[in-house]
Amino acid sequence: MRIIKTADIRDKIAQLSQQACIKVDKKITDAFAKSYESEKNPVAKYVFEQLIENYKIAETENIPICQDTGMVTMFVTIGQDVAFKGEAMEKMIQEGIRIGYREGFLRKSIVNDPIERVNTGDNTPAVIHYELVEGDVFNVVIVPKGAGCENMSRIAMLKPADGLPVIEKFVVDAVRDAWANPCPPLFIGVGIGGNFEKVAFLAKKALLLPFDERSETPYIAKLENDLLDEINDLDIGPQGFGGQTTALGVRVLSYPTHIASLPVAVNISCHAMRHIEFSL
Amino acid sequence: MARLNIKTPLTKDKIEKLKAGDIILLNGTIYSARDAAHKRIMQLIEEGADLPFPIKDQIIYYMGPTPAREGKIIGSAGPTTSYRMDSFTPKLIEMGLAASIGKGSRSTEVVNALKANKAVYLSAVGGAGALLSKRIRSVKIIAFEDLGAEAVRKLGVEEFPLIVAIDSYGTSLFER
Repeated sequence: MRIIKTADIRDKIAQLSQQACIKVDKKITDAFAKSYESEKNPVAKYVFEQLIENYKIAETENIPICQDTGMVTMFVTIGQDVAFKGEAMEKMIQEGIRIGYREGFLRKSIVNDPIERVNTGDNTPAVIHYELVEGDVFNVVIVPKGAGCENMSRIAMLKPADGLPVIEKFVVDAVRDAWANPCPPLFIGVGIGGNFEKVAFLAKKALLLPFDERSETPYIAKLENDLLDEINDLDIGPQGFGGQTTALGVRVLSYPTHIASLPVAVNISCHAMRHIEFSL
Repeated sequence: MARLNIKTPLTKDKIEKLKAGDIILLNGTIYSARDAAHKRIMQLIEEGADLPFPIKDQIIYYMGPTPAREGKIIGSAGPTTSYRMDSFTPKLIEMGLAASIGKGSRSTEVVNALKANKAVYLSAVGGAGALLSKRIRSVKIIAFEDLGAEAVRKLGVEEFPLIVAIDSYGTSLFER
């Protein structure tokens, strides 16, 4: 049995939630540099220049990449041989966000109630997903996700007879309808299977897969490639002004489902795909 | 693709010259207002009450910044998605609003109002809030302070980089 202090979890979250909003993954900036070179549309090139410059300013001057520092989604993986010491973990995770958003001068974007809409003032609560696994691991992925792209996400309960063609159409339609709203170039997460809530979870989790890799399942790898090509043929381009770079990655996760069901969900991320991971 | 230096107020003679796809560097005064502030402004209009700022020839920026660090006047300050303001915008354009700044496309009603009243829709680059914050030289909260990030701010901007997304002739960069 391995003991983890919940205060250590809080401190790590407080520190890393700030970093996630300021520093973008190097793989993304590298992909940007490549797309900038190949992009022919002059407005698209201009947008890339601004985005690349923005990432530099954010990191060197400690200013959030984007003013929408998001609602925090957290994926917590807990090995069954881990025990926790101290105050309740859930409470300490939320406390970590509270401290991080205060000390990092991040925007508090959460309202207490979807209809009453009074700001909670500290960006809590975060949405937390727990997964229980073998061993004594403890891993957290922090995803501060803005609403511009989250609002463009979509879910459908298709018929089994629909199959891959309708899934493809559903994803491409979602991206086309979203156009510039989710801040392209995009990262696209797709979930297929499970049930209503599982498929939405899969779509978001698919965003965390390395965007430059492909599934080990051949038909899914093909679907990822086909979707990326179709989406980049839409001529949406960076910020919707046209161009060949609408998405930088499409990843798909699937799960067993009911004989009568074919759930599909798409979760869209903006160009920054802010996330950060730690283990204790 | 022209690159133009433009000074506020954005009078009709300046608007007429702007074409979809032009890159402009804006200098002068703009006002931030997003979802909650729009709701309150519309309420004030309905009641016939005084508005936080004059609408005629002015520019609204759909933006709610991150808090300013010590010694700074503002935090990250990029545009939010514009379509959420679509139901409010035609009324403001009819009242003389010269331009709105946001990201993403607009409804047919907004495009028609732009054409009918000679106004423009400008786009800032979404997710470039750090860069844009450097072009903001002054900030003053002038209304709805209780809304926090959503309060109405009077902003002084210098060489604020924008793209004419929909011009006063109804030409849109979002249409293929």
